Amino acid sequence: MGVFVPCALLCLRSVFGLFGEGGHGPNPDRSTLLLRDLRGIKVKMEVFWAGVLWTLTIWLYLIIGLIMIPAMFGFSLGISEAYMTLLVKTLEWATLKMQKAQRDEQSLKKVASNGLILREDGSMVKELEELRRSRPKPPVGGDFTLSDCFYFSRRGIESIVEDEVTQRFSSEELVSWNLLTRTNNDFQYISLKLTLVYGLGIFVRYCILMPLRITLACIGLTWLVIGTSAVGVLPNWRLKFWISEWVHVICYRICARGLSATICYHNRENKPRKGGICVANHTSPIDIVILCNDAGYAMVGQVHGGLMGVLQRAMVRACPHIWFERAEMKDRHLVTKRLKDHVNDKTKLPILIFPEGTCVNNTSVMMFKKGSFEIGATIYPVAIKYDPKFGDAFWNSSKYSMVSYLLRMMTSWALVCNVWYLPAMHQKEEENAVQFANRVKSAIAHQGGLLDLQWDGGLKRAKVKESFKEEQQKRYSSMVVGDDSSGHSD
Amino acid sequence: MGSSSSRINSIPDAQQLMQETGFSAAHIVRLHERFESLDTERRGELSQETVNFASFVRILAHFRPAERSRGSRGGAQQELANCTSRKLQFAFQLYDQDRDGKISREELLQVLRAMLGIQVTEEQLQSIVERAIQEADLDGDDAISFDEFKKSLAKVNVDHKMSTGFLR
Repeated sequence: MGVFVPCALLCLRSVFGLFGEGGHGPNPDRSTLLLRDLRGIKVKMEVFWAGVLWTLTIWLYLIIGLIMIPAMFGFSLGISEAYMTLLVKTLEWATLKMQKAQRDEQSLKKVASNGLILREDGSMVKELEELRRSRPKPPVGGDFTLSDCFYFSRRGIESIVEDEVTQRFSSEELVSWNLLTRTNNDFQYISLKLTLVYGLGIFVRYCILMPLRITLACIGLTWLVIGTSAVGVLPNWRLKFWISEWVHVICYRICARGLSATICYHNRENKPRKGGICVANHTSPIDIVILCNDAGYAMVGQVHGGLMGVLQRAMVRACPHIWFERAEMKDRHLVTKRLKDHVNDKTKLPILIFPEGTCVNNTSVMMFKKGSFEIGATIYPVAIKYDPKFGDAFWNSSKYSMVSYLLRMMTSWALVCNVWYLPAMHQKEEENAVQFANRVKSAIAHQGGLLDLQWDGGLKRAKVKESFKEEQQKRYSSMVVGDDSSGHSD
Repeated sequence: MGSSSSRINSIPDAQQLMQETGFSAAHIVRLHERFESLDTERRGELSQETVNFASFVRILAHFRPAERSRGSRGGAQQELANCTSRKLQFAFQLYDQDRDGKISREELLQVLRAMLGIQVTEEQLQSIVERAIQEADLDGDDAISFDEFKKSLAKVNVDHKMSTGFLR
């Protein structure tokens, strides 16, 4: 990159030199004047372009020196810490101002949650019995009353207005605004100072931070492709393994700086080891960058085309990852076998899997698919929790493409997250894969402060299975007909 | 900042809906967002029964918590959707699907079949319906009218049971 600039300057000089020293024509005075003017313009333009190129060079050297090199070698110069402290102070100040304004307006609604409705989640049995309280209870069997419909219609309407599952597939709403346009829901004009800070924030984020981050991300990705391909050329010595891991971590660190990510790892003694499977909750593709900053993992996924495909092919040259063709993914046995083979080879890196199968908005953990828990390897659970104040990390794939998602990430304040490594878990004798998966899921949810849901993340796109409806019907029928099982399904 | 005021203006008939139903502007905006997220095919209406946004809000208005009676407002003011009698009417219409003002035996059977599915036999269904009609039918016409419906639910706290706690 440092070589490019002087070359460009030389090219410019020669191009402008072509406007050479013109001869003297028939009208010497006028043409000399014209030539003098042209030369003057030429010199000015040269100076201008030279200035631009020098600025770019300085910019690049600054980035390399102040951000890339510390990132590569894992130490910090304190610039991002200073930025984060300033940011936290600003957001706290803004929150206080807004709270004061709300108190002044005497808005008496004390909102505990961000939802639209306050739910009273009583069980069906309890609520129906309450509705029937005024009637004499029949001696035997169940009972039906016309008032039963109240319970169902109310619960139905509540779910239509806001249900527990689909809200996980859209970004979390903030209790108090964090000065980003995109999270502005019902926040109103409060004071001039706040508006100024908001405006300044927009300028800083879009004009200063975004170009910086884009540069870093491009450098990081290019380095990854070049570095891993270069390592791939080396023969299979132990050295290759160390170099490959080093290259991977460096590039991911640069990419993390490209998102202004502040990551805090907890319990690093539980870090995943070779021959195991690392499972984590999934919020966005950035999870991979977050986790790989600290250790090397073998990835699993579908083969993509385009830029992703280039990345995948490059990475595989340096160390073994598991990429499946689309057709192969349907074959459960093939998938299991390949994963098992990888796990049994003790020299290969731990596999990174996201068992939810889809991105969820980081307020809850949805059902874990049992495939990775059937392999019989050691499971290393990891919990990832992003702080929504600084930026929303969730990738809503139905709303944003990958590119616009990345641009949104690069124009947020920062990315702050906590990563907890949980102690390794093994499948117990008496539990099957599904129970094991649920146990791991609860541990992750508990550690990350997330809600543990039983619902399948696939409900993002698919419809609910009929069996759930039948379960509800069964429960209601036992209240209506009583528990005598003389009339079960015909 | 202050975008909710610009958003409410982009929703058709918003002011009229607010007056009719008693929802605040913030509520209407959020319900509109929800309506659009449910309307995945962007037809402007939900389900095969073509519920557009206005009907959506009007139905939901029945479930707002009932306000204390404002005393003398004078004259025949328009009843709000969430008053007790309108809530009862809504529940009545859940059963009375052909809107003839009476819940017939057949209608009750249909509703119960939908609620219970294959979990009960036909005989059990018939006996349940029989008992229900006998209890509620006071004038012996083998169907439940709205007044009989109201009487049988006299002891139930309708306002509380048919209200959803809307926040903000």
